[in-house]
Amino acid sequence: MLYKEILQKLPYAHPFLFVDEIVSINEKGVEGNFTFRSDADFYKGHFKDHAVTPGVLLTECCAQIGLVCLGIFLLEEEGVKTGKEIQIGLSSSEMEFYKPVFPDEKVVVKSSKQYFRFNKLKCEVKMYNDKEKLVCKGMISGMFKLNQHG
Amino acid sequence: MAHKENYTILKDIIKIYLPEDVSVNDISEDSHFINELNINSANLVDVVLDVEDAFDIRLENEDMDQMQTVKDALQIVDKKISEK
Repeated sequence: MLYKEILQKLPYAHPFLFVDEIVSINEKGVEGNFTFRSDADFYKGHFKDHAVTPGVLLTECCAQIGLVCLGIFLLEEEGVKTGKEIQIGLSSSEMEFYKPVFPDEKVVVKSSKQYFRFNKLKCEVKMYNDKEKLVCKGMISGMFKLNQHG
Repeated sequence: MAHKENYTILKDIIKIYLPEDVSVNDISEDSHFINELNINSANLVDVVLDVEDAFDIRLENEDMDQMQTVKDALQIVDKKISEK
């Protein structure tokens, strides 16, 4: 499956799409990246006097790359046709944060699958900045639901 | 006898995933995992994975679909153990 096809299947759009590129993907894990552009609206308020990317958005970025992209890939590998009908629910996230991410910084997310059973995907995710320093890491899991037709 | 033992093992697994508003004493064989014990679908997967490890069995998607109540889970465990 082509990286582009996975990106097209993502159920997100601007301003809540946090995936630019998938660099590699296989049944064990995924690597992708995203640049937090400085013109994003949330920087006006987080914080008022100095812009820092909110931790929840770092978590979201980890989840979109590490969990959702990988989940779509795994479902397709199983022969499930993931179209517009895919629904995803985050079921848990346990994150630790080490470094701030500033406007226009590019981050790399690396995710490795712990298990994918009964449509639940659990992954260990790590995010690095462009100096290859660990920004955050944690465990994220989510449920994939497919609305079958007929 | 095995039934009682299995029930105890299962209960010990379930209690890990109970939300705060449900106590271990609320578990009965007739309890519905999602509607009565308030275990969400994601945690139900964890219950199943723990059950697989505890009894050294493997459940399939159909088993998961059938597993609505504690009693259903016990029946599936019995069935899987007898097939081993």
